[in-house]
Amino acid sequence: MELNTAQKSPFGGKRKTGTKVRETKGTRVFNVVNIVILTLFTLIIVVPLWNIVISSFASSTALSNGNFIFWPQQLSLDNYRAVFRDPGLWRAFFISVAKTGVGVITHTLFCAIVAYPLSKRRLRGRKLYSTMGIITMFFSGGMIPTYLLIKSLGMLNTFWVYIIPSLFSYYDVIILMNFFRQVPDSLEESAKIDGASDFRVFWSIILPLSKPALATIALFNGVWQWNDFMTTKLYVTNEGLYPLQMRLYDIIVQAQAASTTGLKAQVAINTTSRGVQLATIMITILPILILYPFVQRYFVSGTMLGAVKE
Amino acid sequence: MNSIPAGRKRSVSSRMKTWFADFRSQWQMQSMMLPGVIFMIVFNFIPIYGLTLAFKSYSVTDTIAGAKWNGWQNFQTIMNDKYFWQAVWNTVGISAIKLTIEFFLPIALAIMIYEVNWLPFKKIVQTITYLPHFLSWIILGGMLINWMSSNGLINQFLGLLGIGSHANYMLDANKYWNIAAWSDVWKEVGWGTILYLATMAGIDPTYYEAAEMDGASKLRQIWSITLPGISSIISLNLILSVSGLFGSNLDQTLVLMNSQNQPRAEVINSYVYRVGLTQGDFSYATAVGLGVSVISVILLVAANMVTKKLNDNQSVL
Repeated sequence: MELNTAQKSPFGGKRKTGTKVRETKGTRVFNVVNIVILTLFTLIIVVPLWNIVISSFASSTALSNGNFIFWPQQLSLDNYRAVFRDPGLWRAFFISVAKTGVGVITHTLFCAIVAYPLSKRRLRGRKLYSTMGIITMFFSGGMIPTYLLIKSLGMLNTFWVYIIPSLFSYYDVIILMNFFRQVPDSLEESAKIDGASDFRVFWSIILPLSKPALATIALFNGVWQWNDFMTTKLYVTNEGLYPLQMRLYDIIVQAQAASTTGLKAQVAINTTSRGVQLATIMITILPILILYPFVQRYFVSGTMLGAVKE
Repeated sequence: MNSIPAGRKRSVSSRMKTWFADFRSQWQMQSMMLPGVIFMIVFNFIPIYGLTLAFKSYSVTDTIAGAKWNGWQNFQTIMNDKYFWQAVWNTVGISAIKLTIEFFLPIALAIMIYEVNWLPFKKIVQTITYLPHFLSWIILGGMLINWMSSNGLINQFLGLLGIGSHANYMLDANKYWNIAAWSDVWKEVGWGTILYLATMAGIDPTYYEAAEMDGASKLRQIWSITLPGISSIISLNLILSVSGLFGSNLDQTLVLMNSQNQPRAEVINSYVYRVGLTQGDFSYATAVGLGVSVISVILLVAANMVTKKLNDNQSVL
């Protein structure tokens, strides 16, 4: 089964069909101008990113001289050596991987478990459940009441604060619910006749048939978990539980504080810390950069899934 | 006459009986639903109840229910809090720049991408422009600080044009609004085209063929076919933009704010964070958060009403 919206993907799909009308001069000019502007636009995104990538490989003298956009005077791996020597980084990397891995699996499964009964129109109380869900999409208690809740649940400074509060999202439930509805009823009925329970049907029929939707939810949640820094900032003060994002934040804020004091002695520290900053940035985005080209299709079709419902 | 309500009562109670019988027979389904219901009550509805804090004076030793009511006192304090109003001014200033650009630019970009017939180029442009959306604000903040530094990318580039300096723009409070707004544009503009492109893919290609036959120029085709085709998404985004005027980005502010630019960088969210979690004034911070959300909802409803009027009484929400 494929995502029903995949064919609507904005990738591909040339609209010119059949009769080819002779290109007028105006059309040619338009096409050239169009491609030139889009190229400039793309460069505005790519050049700064490249600048960061290559700066992370610049030696500390090259960094303090600046004076380059595309290629520094001197390359070196010192920044990475300094970062890798730090056991705190490895720990943060481990926390990031753990929170993303555990978070994605539990979130996707939890949402699927809730979405399955909701996908059945005969479910008693369905109206109440979906009203509750919609309320959660539009109203929230905000930062302070949520903080007090997490605190009273004893989740401050625990690993579980990364997992439990983000188990559920009604938005994702809607996406899964719509997908589950496309599974033909006859499949479920024949399993029921063979004596399968609802649990069994869900686990052995619905879940395996819904892999594309589950993958989409998992990917979005994965990016969110990897990038999430607010949870740590709000609820975690124990450095042993810091993920990469929070560690990077600390490095950045310290360097900023040093630069605002403007002392001469700070300049030297600043240059080294800038190298460390750049290398940490690279390590933090690497997983996303590696996965991105392969999974981009899912991101795009996933956005459509959500949008169709709206 | 008395028999009718009695009869109705009977049917209600028997209907309830079948309802409960159905409910019991669905125990497997209902038990799958239960974790979701518990989650929503604990993590969504209890914090919503916690909003009552806005009308209370709460100290760390209190419980939310046990704290003393103090009516509108917190909101009266807000009125005279000049730091709050400064945060509101910054929020609206940054949002106004950001939302205007992020409303118009994705439409233009989507149309330009749609008009490309050279498929590999189209894919490259899309892949690259979507990418920044997936970077966290911490990463982008770290990058920005590097680009804006005294010998960073921006000064190198301006140097090529002969107007370079050795200023660190992150320390210049007067530049902060633009830095915050334009960096958000850089991050989100590509991603903002997705809905438009998907909608354009649904426009009947024969419209364009017919227009071409009749000698309509490219710009004319965009104006008369493409734009009307995406008008519902345009109004949807317009509504969301207007209601986002008081929205602020806490991640971005926390990473870009420093002691030099703070007077122009403090936004409502970061103010709530600072007053509530750093200074421990929970009730006051809740009141600020609640007040701003209420204003945002009012803006959303108002914007929806206006677009509905413009859109032949059809709501796009």
